[in-house]
Amino acid sequence: MDEKDHEILRILEDNSRLSAQEIGVMTSLTAVETEARIHALETAGVIRKYTAVVNWELAGNGEVSSIIELKVSPERDYGYDRIAERLSRFRQVKSLRLMTGTYDLQLLVTGRNMQEVSRFVSEHVAPMDRIRETATHIIMKSYKENGNILFEQQEAERLPYSF
Amino acid sequence: MRNFVSERARTIPPSGIRKFFDLALTIEDVISLGVGEPDFRTPWNICESSIYSIEQGVTSYTPNKGLPVLREVLSNYLKQHYGLTYDAENEIIITSGVSEALDIAIRAIVDPGDEVIIAQPSYVSYAPCVTLAGGKPVPVECTESDKFRLNPDALQEKITRKTKALMINFPNNPTGAVMNRKDLEAIADIVTDNDLLLVTDEVYAELTYEGSHIAAATVNDLWERTITLNGFSKAYAMTGWRVGYLCAPKDLCETILKIHQYVMLCAPVMGQVGALEALRSAEEDKNNMVNEYRLRRNMFVAGLNRIGLSTHIPEGAFYAFPTVKGTGLSDTEFAERLLKEQRVAVVPGSVFGVGGKSHLRCAYAVSRKQLNEALARMDIFLTSL
Repeated sequence: MDEKDHEILRILEDNSRLSAQEIGVMTSLTAVETEARIHALETAGVIRKYTAVVNWELAGNGEVSSIIELKVSPERDYGYDRIAERLSRFRQVKSLRLMTGTYDLQLLVTGRNMQEVSRFVSEHVAPMDRIRETATHIIMKSYKENGNILFEQQEAERLPYSF
Repeated sequence: MRNFVSERARTIPPSGIRKFFDLALTIEDVISLGVGEPDFRTPWNICESSIYSIEQGVTSYTPNKGLPVLREVLSNYLKQHYGLTYDAENEIIITSGVSEALDIAIRAIVDPGDEVIIAQPSYVSYAPCVTLAGGKPVPVECTESDKFRLNPDALQEKITRKTKALMINFPNNPTGAVMNRKDLEAIADIVTDNDLLLVTDEVYAELTYEGSHIAAATVNDLWERTITLNGFSKAYAMTGWRVGYLCAPKDLCETILKIHQYVMLCAPVMGQVGALEALRSAEEDKNNMVNEYRLRRNMFVAGLNRIGLSTHIPEGAFYAFPTVKGTGLSDTEFAERLLKEQRVAVVPGSVFGVGGKSHLRCAYAVSRKQLNEALARMDIFLTSL
């Protein structure tokens, strides 16, 4: 893992649809070399997946997302890992993190509507062993996701020429 | 009625691209590679701190030299980043952009008849500034075979008894050329031997892609005979904020300050507040932008060479400077037809003085997507010739 790998990762993180050829030109590597590096990064699990940042609100599928916080009693020998891994397996859980602060685990959960999300929490999450308390926050509007601003921004006007 | 226009104002040439400017405004869907400014927005923390200061009522004049805290932080920054030692109290003036810094520096040193040698191709305002100060601009050509660096022999040839100063700009607008320490040492000897002053515009210093920027005043004994100009516009995407600075040894700085007091009083305070925030906490934003320019440079220059416009790899700034030799068109014809026929705006190199002829300045301070589209259009244009 060197500076070139980091550069490739930054480029892919911004736009994963670029070809190895295009990335190679930008990073002064051959297409073959770039391909090999990307492959190695995939194999090592550094690159997990190629995906799109979607503004679902605009897509209009009506999905509901919520942040769910959990207080969890850690397990001897395992801490939070086993319960976190267990929770991670649910399709509905999009992100899961261990946090400092009042709560321990923080989940991002999506569902087709509010009922679905609350049913998931009350039927699957809350009753799990070792979960002492839950707090569910419905996301009302998303302004920025993964470094991408989702609201319309005015294009700054630039002169056609300047020196 | 008399003609009220002064001889000096009358004789300075109008901007070489006025007609391009007007033409571009009448055409829809132009991709402009003609803009010498970053396409990024100013990092938000800079905007935020300036907005907050306005809300707090920080809207007055500042000391002529600029906010003391800004000069203090800047002085440290210059030391850390470039090894430049300028005293915050006596050797730094915050100006309204490098444009003002250049003007007051030239006015402070030029007497009628003095010659100022200007390394060209260069930014368009250097020669007119010398003329307006009553001096005579003397261009010295930086050639493509020298990678657009200033050749010491060429410089030597231009020196006369009237030569007062040398004016350089590296990383260079429009060529992207950079002078390394060795190159500068060769120039330093000539400057010192002939007892000249060096005016160095280093506004693209942060946009150096290979190695790190060498500040001219750190080379040999140049410091005592150098005026260093720099600013926040290019590195921090702050062109509209109009904040630059001038550094020079104390005595010279005091003289220049007199002119600054009378013509500008002080740089705008909200700009100075923004500049302070830029130095304190926009390092990462700056680095991200520089990284992006580097990627674009590699992509764009490879693209230009691929479609048949031979281009050297620029080591700094955000300009590619391809040659149009071999297309059968002059740089002006090329630029005009490219704009009309394929809606891509570039600046003809001859605008930038000697050495610019037969070249185009293409700013890659636009998105990669636009650069690719521009390349595709230029390719179609070249094929149509």
